[in-house]
Amino acid sequence: MNRLIQIEKKPANAPEENSVARREFLKQCLRASPLLVAIAHVAAQEGAETAAEDSPAEEHSYGMGIDISKCIGCGRCADACKTENEVPREPYFFRTWIERYVITTDGEVTVSSPNGGIDGFPAAISERGILRTFFVPKLCNQCANPPCVQVCPVGATFTTEDGVVLVDKDYCIGCRYCIQACPYGARFLHPITHTAEKCTFCYHRIRNGKLPACVEVCPTGARIFGDVRSMASPLTRFQRLNEVAVLKPHLNTNPKVYYANLDGEVR
Amino acid sequence: MESLAEQLAAVMQQVSGYIYPNEVELHWGLLVVVYPYLTGLVAGAFILASLERVFNVKEVEPTYRLALLTALAFLLVAPLPLLLHLGHPERSFEIFLTPNLHSAMAMFGFVYAWYLMVVLLLEIWFDYRKDLVVWARQERGWKRWLHWALTLGATDISERAVEFDRRAVRLITIVGIPSAFLLHGYVGFIFGSVKANPWWSSVLIPIVFLFSAIVSGIALVLMLYLVAGLIRQQLEMSCLDKLAMFLFFALVVDFSLEILDFLHRLYEAEESIHILAELISTRLFLSLVILQALLGTVLPLVALGAVAPVFSSRPLLAVPAELRRLIYLGAAVLIQIGIFSTRWNVVIGGQLFSKSLRGLTIYKLQLLGLEGFFMAMLLLLLPFVLLYLLIKLLPPWIPAPGNSSSSPAASP
Repeated sequence: MNRLIQIEKKPANAPEENSVARREFLKQCLRASPLLVAIAHVAAQEGAETAAEDSPAEEHSYGMGIDISKCIGCGRCADACKTENEVPREPYFFRTWIERYVITTDGEVTVSSPNGGIDGFPAAISERGILRTFFVPKLCNQCANPPCVQVCPVGATFTTEDGVVLVDKDYCIGCRYCIQACPYGARFLHPITHTAEKCTFCYHRIRNGKLPACVEVCPTGARIFGDVRSMASPLTRFQRLNEVAVLKPHLNTNPKVYYANLDGEVR
Repeated sequence: MESLAEQLAAVMQQVSGYIYPNEVELHWGLLVVVYPYLTGLVAGAFILASLERVFNVKEVEPTYRLALLTALAFLLVAPLPLLLHLGHPERSFEIFLTPNLHSAMAMFGFVYAWYLMVVLLLEIWFDYRKDLVVWARQERGWKRWLHWALTLGATDISERAVEFDRRAVRLITIVGIPSAFLLHGYVGFIFGSVKANPWWSSVLIPIVFLFSAIVSGIALVLMLYLVAGLIRQQLEMSCLDKLAMFLFFALVVDFSLEILDFLHRLYEAEESIHILAELISTRLFLSLVILQALLGTVLPLVALGAVAPVFSSRPLLAVPAELRRLIYLGAAVLIQIGIFSTRWNVVIGGQLFSKSLRGLTIYKLQLLGLEGFFMAMLLLLLPFVLLYLLIKLLPPWIPAPGNSSSSPAASP
């Protein structure tokens, strides 16, 4: 709104002789103001429809879109995630990581993720010739039918009303059944708290209208965050404009992380 | 933290192919192998005891009380490995207070409590009640008071009361058999219901667990009866032969189920078949092919089939009783090693391959620490210590004078 007021004030600096025109202009602005407010409202919804604090949680169901063709494997997302969420820096604990697939002309598939991709990847060289290669960001799939939530003996891991799977670290007994039950390797045991850990979609950020850290820092816009229930969501647009697929659909976990341009070799 | 990072760095060196980064740490270690091994022994020993009561198999009567006490000693220790393995053991009571009813693991507390309180303790109490009263009357000192306290004040040993005890034991046994199936079938379900893991996810797993439990329980009671009998200079060969026969048939069923599971996987050849084949031929070769299949199953099967009277009253190979005892003992020990390997292959084996199905990792066994080798050994020996105490307190082979239902091998 501040910006709008500034725009409206700008003509005030105009020369004195244009005062009639200025009055006319202000009048027209006033008449147009409902339209401006409406446009601003839509823009606000469109740009950051995560203004979650304004609306009840149960009206949302958050998800993520990942365009594999846009990922350049820079690893900034994995790095930002570790910083934002204080994930241990050792290369065995990740809330999100990047995999690189190198498929040679004879069909051999080599997958790697050195330090989760945070330090980048060495050049892909193969004597047999590379057929195709691509990067795949991985994270908790925030399943709508989460096996981790099903198996937790005490209910320490749960789905929020806005569709995010979280772990209550003050309640988790550290039995690690959820880690076994996750088909995506998205969970680990925090070496200090001894409780289960995973991606939260940066829940502390999205509830305050911000984007998850990984989405925020992605230089190519490969990660899209949004509400799967809202037609005005960038995620819905992502799903409209791309053919999307999820990981391991045969397990019926109903992931809410949707991949565009997903290769059949990715598991 | 430092040492964990070092351990994981060492594991990293031996990873072949690709595993998800979070899979470098193997989450269920040796203690989670010990847990199903112990509960299997409990269920197996109890089912053996029930055979005698429900089906009236007179030959194995001398092992009835021994089997019950064995089941109790092992059941008391069974939750310890789970407790020690938790990241927050102090929060374990939440499983009882706020269980997630959708979780297979949350049922642990209820299944365990049911089995311990309703089945085992009750059956042992009813079976021993008359003896407890008699002992309390005859003895002096602390034992007198202890036995008197254990009667819980029910000191009526009239014919009618004892008859009631007998009927109660029979009823509890009938409830107990499905309970024992539940106890160990449930442990199998914890693994078999993990759809994320193709090595575990099988409807056969609970049944395989159950029959391997029966095998291990009978083998254990046979070992204990044999060793105790040698010490006490009192051993009934007909009982041993019968136990060996049961053991043989349980082993046949167990092995058939394992083979069925193997063939089924091989024939279906789902996408996981390549990594599982690699797993078996490399990381699990020793523990699965050599220890579990050959030494733990085939060899005892051949040995028991040859010398035990399994098909008729006369064995295929008539050997002197002393040699037969030795072969039985050898077979029982091999079976224990085999069943422990079975648990190992399920629990550890299921975590040695990546859920990306693209690589294998290793398990680095620690010697010290809460989840180390020595702790596991301690937990495996502890039930025997408990059993020794239980046998001292509630002698399974000395019937109180006038107890007509017990074996005639009475000597104070």
